[in-house]
Formats: sequence, structure tokens, C-alpha cells
Amino acid sequence: MGRLIFRRLLTAIPTLLAIITLSFLLMRVAPGGPFDGERPLAPETRAALEAAYGLDKSLPEQMMLYIGNMLTGDFGPSLVYRDFTVTQLVAQSLPISLMLGGLALLLASFLGISAGLLAALKAGKWQDQTIMLGATLLTALPTFVTGPLLALIFGLWLRWLPVSGQNDGISWLILPVISLALPVSGAISKLARAGLAEILGQDHIRAARARGIAPLTLLRRHALRPALVPVASYLGPAAAGLLTGAVIIETVFSLPGLGRYFVQGALNRDYPLVLGVVTLYAALIITFNLLADLIYGWLDPRMREG
Amino acid sequence: MRIPLIIFALIALAAILVPPFLPWGHAIIDWDIVRGGLFEGGHILGTDDLGRDRLARLLVGTRTTLSVAFAAAIVALIIGTIWGATAGWIGGRTDEVMMRIVDGLYALPFMFVVILLMVVFGRSIFLVFLGIGAVEWLTMARVVRGQVLSLKQRPFVLAAEAAGSSEPATLIRHILPNVAGVAIAYLMLTVPQVVMVESFLSFLGLGVQEPLTSLGILVNEGAAEMDLRPASLLLPGAMLAAIIICLTLAGEKYRDILAKAASR
Repeated sequence: MGRLIFRRLLTAIPTLLAIITLSFLLMRVAPGGPFDGERPLAPETRAALEAAYGLDKSLPEQMMLYIGNMLTGDFGPSLVYRDFTVTQLVAQSLPISLMLGGLALLLASFLGISAGLLAALKAGKWQDQTIMLGATLLTALPTFVTGPLLALIFGLWLRWLPVSGQNDGISWLILPVISLALPVSGAISKLARAGLAEILGQDHIRAARARGIAPLTLLRRHALRPALVPVASYLGPAAAGLLTGAVIIETVFSLPGLGRYFVQGALNRDYPLVLGVVTLYAALIITFNLLADLIYGWLDPRMREG
Repeated sequence: MRIPLIIFALIALAAILVPPFLPWGHAIIDWDIVRGGLFEGGHILGTDDLGRDRLARLLVGTRTTLSVAFAAAIVALIIGTIWGATAGWIGGRTDEVMMRIVDGLYALPFMFVVILLMVVFGRSIFLVFLGIGAVEWLTMARVVRGQVLSLKQRPFVLAAEAAGSSEPATLIRHILPNVAGVAIAYLMLTVPQVVMVESFLSFLGLGVQEPLTSLGILVNEGAAEMDLRPASLLLPGAMLAAIIICLTLAGEKYRDILAKAASR
């Protein structure tokens, strides 16, 4: 297992570096700079601004500087939110996004796994067909449709829950977390069903059943862990899906999370902000993939050698 | 498989054929009727904040979304097939390296790469589909490679080789036709993916730009006024959902039929 993690980390670092380089270069070749306004700036003002932000150095120099600073946690100043550094903006917004994403992942796993297991146990019956149709519908509905729709029904029509911003309680979290979790739960239930259905057909399960082991014990002791392997392997993509979903959900529900700053940064050409957020996203996704590998190894001992 | 395909075909036909016959274009402002209700002044679905015909906008938006989706899916099909077929056909070390690259790209946060492209190169519709196509080819490459690997060992391919068929001829005449079925199934599954990405970008204002419109833009506009006119959110939302669901159901069914045929 240790070797597997080591190897993963070894590939994670170049991946991360590649993403940083790519996004850095893309941002620099972009036509139009952050100081191009309605009125052209006086050349000396422009030069002073560029010197202050380090834009007057050569590209490789800028990049080395950027990566070096990043290692110390300094992502540079935001070009649009003056007086804020990217690190400050990220530090403010990351907890909100992590809370949203974490809760949504928990909810999606719980809903998805229970629905998927139920469907596999009732394979071919109406429960199975209903759940699987529901799962297809949930995965097909984009969050930017379900989010406003839920806000419309539960916020504006029924007036049960707030539709935007934060409040002191937890009620502001409910709609965003549910809209974020729904598509992921659909995908998870499909995987859980496929996993369990395959395991249930195997010889050792049939032998155990023939020996008269109670169905629930059988599920808990023999079938559950291997059945969840496909779900674990989905954890990496799920994290990516939740992050992209959070971009939408934070916009729809006006939450000051990472995704909202990312979109604002992209619309405003706030290079350091966009670059910082992309790097952070990449690091998060890589971490989740690693976590998925660990869970994989726990579920299926054969994977530990890898 | 038939019902979803029929529904999808009806939507696509309506989006392509109806707009030219409507009295109002999607970007034309009717100064007399702003925020008009149903059937007001000849606007079947009414007009929006700027007095533009909602039916025309809905249909043109659908058309834009579908054309971007198909164009991007075909870009993905071409890149994926060439990459996958090359890897599978050559095999060995080349195959391993090429597939490692695919694995590595899978780990990238796609949506953010596409957004970066949009930010950097400006928001043109051409780039939208090129960008999306360039990131959606990975699954296609994997599927095609797997198919080519298994076909390579099949008796009819070995027979063609033994009969003196040259490598390119074998590839084009015997391998690719047999890959086509699976590739089409995954093309059907790629289209709804691309529809989602495109409307995601347009919803955020990073994709298709006014005066052109797409379902993502319409959903965004609808969400802004949903308290006053729920239909302006519900209609484009339902259209989007119908397209994605119909194509996904049809694609999955088709893929399963092929898989069953292959295992027999």
C-alpha cells in the first residue's frame, strides 16, 4: 500500500506542475491585460503598475517566482479585488466550498449507496426499474436547472427555506447541498447496483446462501465491501463533479465560495485569482483520487500490492 | 430506444425548421410589447424583458445548443478514434504511453481547462466547441482502443493479413468498420455530455454570447425572473433535460444492444 501511495504522489507532482505551467502560460498569452481600461494609462503609470505586480520580468522568471511564492502559500495579489491577496480570498471562501462539497458528498453517498443496494437486491423487479430510471434522470439533470427549480419550489412558492446568501443557522445550506448532491447520488446508485449485482452472482455468495446464511448477514459480511469497489473508484470523478457543480450552485444561491470567485475572476480576467483557484482545484482533485485509492485498497485487499 | 429518439428528433426538427417561419427573429425587439404574456401581439410564448419573442429564443437557443453539441462531439469522435485506433493497432510501448497520457488527462479538472481557454482566447462559439471537443475525446479513445485490440486477434483480421492485405488496408477496410458501431454508441453518449458543458459555460456567461442565444443563457435569464414568470425557467430547463435524457437513454440502450451482440 505504501508503495502505491508513493507512486501516486510521484505522478501527482508532475501533473500539478503541468497544470500550473499550462494555466500560467495560457493566462500570459491572453490578448488584453488587466490594466487595459477605457482610457489608456500613462506609460509611466503602466510601467509602475507592471513593476509592482512583477509583470515586467521575463516569462520563465515570472513563473519561477510564482511557483516559489506558491510554495510559501502566497498566490499573489488579486488584480480586481484590490487590497486583497488571492490567499486571503481563498482562505475566506474555501471553507464554504469545502462544507458544501463535503456535505453533498456524504448525502450523495448515503442516498446513492442505499438506493443502489436496494435496486440490486430487487434486481429486475419494479423497485429496481424505478430506482434506475430515477438515477438516469438525476444524472441527466444539470445542477443549473435543478438548483433554481428547487429554489423556486421550496424557497419562493412554499417559503420553507432561504434561496440566497447565508444566515446564522444551517437552513441556508439545505437547498445548495441537495442540488449539488442529486446528480452525484444518481451516478453512485448506478455503480453500487452494478457492483452488488455482480458480486451476488458469484460462486462464494451462492455457496454462502446455500449454507443458509441470513440475507442481511450475507450482505454485511461478504457482499458489501467488494460491491462498493466501483463506487470508490468513482470518488475522484465525483470530487471533480462536485467542484464544478459548486461553481454553479454558489452562483445560483449567491454564496461567497471558491467557485463564485473563480467565475468572477474568469469574467474579469483576474489572472492571479483564476490561476490560484485552478491550482487549488487540481490539488483537491488529486487528493481525492489518492483518497479513492486508499479506500480501494481497504475494500479490495488485492489492490494493496499494486 | 425508439421513443427517446423520436422525442429527440421532434425537438431537433422543430429547432431547425420552425424559426424561419416565425414572424419574429430571436434577437429582434418588439418595442410595443415588452414582457408580454402568452399570445400577446402574436408572440405565442410572450416576450422577455427586452421585448424579444420567447418562442423564437427557445427554438434558436435549442438549435445553437444542439449544433455546438454535435460539432464538438464530432471533434471528440475524430480525435478519440485516431488516438485510440493508433494506440490499439501499434500496441506495446506506444500503446502504453498513449494510454497513460489519456489517464493523466482524465485527472485534469476539465471544466476549468475549458473555462481557461474561454478566458484566454475570448468567448467565440467556434472555440466553445473546439475546446469542449478537445477535452471530451478521452472516453472515445479508450473505447476505440479496446475495440481495436480485440479485433486485431479475430480470425477474419488474421485471415486478411495472411491474404496479403497491407496494414493501412486492413485497418481501414476491416478494423474501422467494426469499430463504427461502438463509436456511434459513444458519440450518442458524448452529445448529452457536451450539451451539459456548453450550457454550463453559457449559464455562467462564459460560453455562447449575445445576440446569439443558447439553452444555458435562457436558463440563466429564466432563473433571474423565476419569481415572476416560472415558465421562463421551466421551459428551457425542460427542453435541456429532455434532450439530455433522451440521448442518454438511447445511447445507453444502443451500447447495451451492441455489448450483448458482441458477447454472443
